[in-house]
Amino acid sequence: MTGSAKPALPDPFRAGIAGGWTVIDASALERDATLEADVAIVGTGAGGGTAAEILTQAGLTVVLIEEGPLRTSSDFRMRESEAYADLYQESGGRRTVDKAIGILQGRCVGGGTTVNWTSSFRTPAVTLEYWARARGVDGLSAAALAPWFARMETRLSIAPWAVPPNENNATLARGAAKIGIPAAAIRRNVKGCWNLGYCGMGCPTNAKQSMLVTTIPAALDRGATLVTRARAQAFALDGDRVAALTCVAMDARGVDPTARRVTVRARAFVAAGGAIGSPALLLRSAVPDPHGILGQRTFVHPVVMSVARMPERVAAFSGAPQTIYSDHFIDTLPPEGPIGFKLEAPPIHPMLGAITVPGHGAAHATWMRELPNLQVVIALLRDGFHPESAGGRVVLQDDGTPALDYPLTPYVWEGVRRAFGAMAQIQFAAGATRVLPVHGDGAGYSRWSDARAAIDGFALAPRTTPVVSAHVMGGCPIGSDPRRAVVDGSGRHHQLANLYVLDGSLFPTSIGANPQLSIYGIVAKLADGLAATLAPATAAGPRASS
Amino acid sequence: MTTRRTFLVAGIAGGAALAAAWWLREQRADRPIAAAGTPLAGLDPDAQAIMTAIVPALLDGALPADPPARAAAIQETLGAVGLAIDGLPPAARHELAQLFALLGFAPARVALARVNSPWADVSPAEVAGFLDRWRDSGWKLQRSAYDALHQLVFAAWYANPRSWPAIGYEGPPVLVS
Repeated sequence: MTGSAKPALPDPFRAGIAGGWTVIDASALERDATLEADVAIVGTGAGGGTAAEILTQAGLTVVLIEEGPLRTSSDFRMRESEAYADLYQESGGRRTVDKAIGILQGRCVGGGTTVNWTSSFRTPAVTLEYWARARGVDGLSAAALAPWFARMETRLSIAPWAVPPNENNATLARGAAKIGIPAAAIRRNVKGCWNLGYCGMGCPTNAKQSMLVTTIPAALDRGATLVTRARAQAFALDGDRVAALTCVAMDARGVDPTARRVTVRARAFVAAGGAIGSPALLLRSAVPDPHGILGQRTFVHPVVMSVARMPERVAAFSGAPQTIYSDHFIDTLPPEGPIGFKLEAPPIHPMLGAITVPGHGAAHATWMRELPNLQVVIALLRDGFHPESAGGRVVLQDDGTPALDYPLTPYVWEGVRRAFGAMAQIQFAAGATRVLPVHGDGAGYSRWSDARAAIDGFALAPRTTPVVSAHVMGGCPIGSDPRRAVVDGSGRHHQLANLYVLDGSLFPTSIGANPQLSIYGIVAKLADGLAATLAPATAAGPRASS
Repeated sequence: MTTRRTFLVAGIAGGAALAAAWWLREQRADRPIAAAGTPLAGLDPDAQAIMTAIVPALLDGALPADPPARAAAIQETLGAVGLAIDGLPPAARHELAQLFALLGFAPARVALARVNSPWADVSPAEVAGFLDRWRDSGWKLQRSAYDALHQLVFAAWYANPRSWPAIGYEGPPVLVS
């Protein structure tokens, strides 16, 4: 439709570039480049974005390094064919070493925040108490973090979502009520949301208050430099300090490295590439790891899924995703007990739905023809609180790129079986005519009693039972004891004086809730401390305006 | 009954077959491949033959009935699969290249996939049997290969607007400011 004059929605990021922001696409570099700043930040997601805003507010100069592309609202056409290849790690196909867990992780400016489903929870108090009690974490109590959560909630317009849930989420609420367990509304980081339901493909209206439209523009306004299509390769060490960061420019498609290098010299370096990228960068840099803990204890909230056919239209591809949750199966179990799980209702678009439905041929096609009537519940398992839930390990492949080795233990499978039962029970209670626990060859069941009996007999095993994750956490845990923690209570590396980790890899366990607000709040507190260290005259505290 | 010993034998047999298949592939490294970033770019001719047989079996019941539309749907799915593979990181591309080399190596095709005809001549029933066996396999190579084929093909077809009318999806909304 060349020449059609569709009125364009505003694209503030493109306007900012036109207005003089410093944004460098490393794939277009004709020669190697060297940059200098007070702070070099690797990663532009929840951690890197939050840190960049706070550090630039303190008057510090910042360079942001992003492996993925810059895509902005004008690029977000709500098409799965484009979004996963463009905005996700490994085109959305990243998997653990034994292929048992699929991992959805953002790889673009804004990182996971550009593609997440906007669910916003403060870190549960029970998680923070466990960190203090069992993992040697000081200074991150619910009371100490409350003002930082409040600051970031204000900054990112995190508030109750007043619009009625779409039918996919209403079904979860209705089923939970029928079986007598509590469910509640999820807070969202949106401003003027159109209720479209395409958050996972990049928000086309800039309603989602991701890093792409909030903290990164604020940092660029204050003179920060953003380098895209640059993969942070390794830190160069000089004694107990990082002297420089070497980055490899990627090609224009973001697939293969090129021969171009970008070197960044800075007073301090921040790893914020997420809980696979940050440990991998530290591993490639051969940073001191005297206790062999770097990249260990990586958690994923293993997710299993249950698909239901409802008698009425659900249209789970339309309307805000994940607006209702139930924590009944977390709140009723102690963290050190059997694994708990959170229940939510994700969006179902054709491609994500089709790769989720097991099997092939006529059986698969039959489920797909029912797409408008399909409802999906997911269970996110809270890993990392039990001796039999030590999580996974980030390893480097032959070419230096990372992979996550995450063994699924009997402790996790026991929870998976309970989760399949709970999800099917809720879906039948809400009126489902058929329920398909996502397992094996994809048999469906028409009655709760049949599903119950089948689930009890499932041979749960890696790959036979598809498991996914959208939340990778840990690997560079925070804590005062260097034998158990990679960074100290300020986020600074225990053995290196000017290296900080400010992202979800800080977490000593999983969160037990969608992690974005945990990253915002904890990183805001730690980044404020870093700003005070580097620019003491301008330290701000949690009530700083933004 | 499957024993641990048969798993080990299968593992060694699979490894030897892969080494042979990979060597054979290297001997024929001059075969044409579509340009990077274009449809089919990630599929060499052997992989195209394999996927041409597998795509209609996975999508049985989902493809249009009208022959020209069906042929176009298969061709577009192959193109999208090739483009998707071409956009994967080198390590993932390498794994898939190994899988296609193995499946394209006649002794491995017969012994591991239990597909007796060359891929270009294989019957739908033979492909369906192969897919069912690998889906239900407890051997990591077979099950994870099935998962990779499942994900590539279903993603390629259901991201294609041609698939949407049959599943009641009207496409993304049109935005007007």
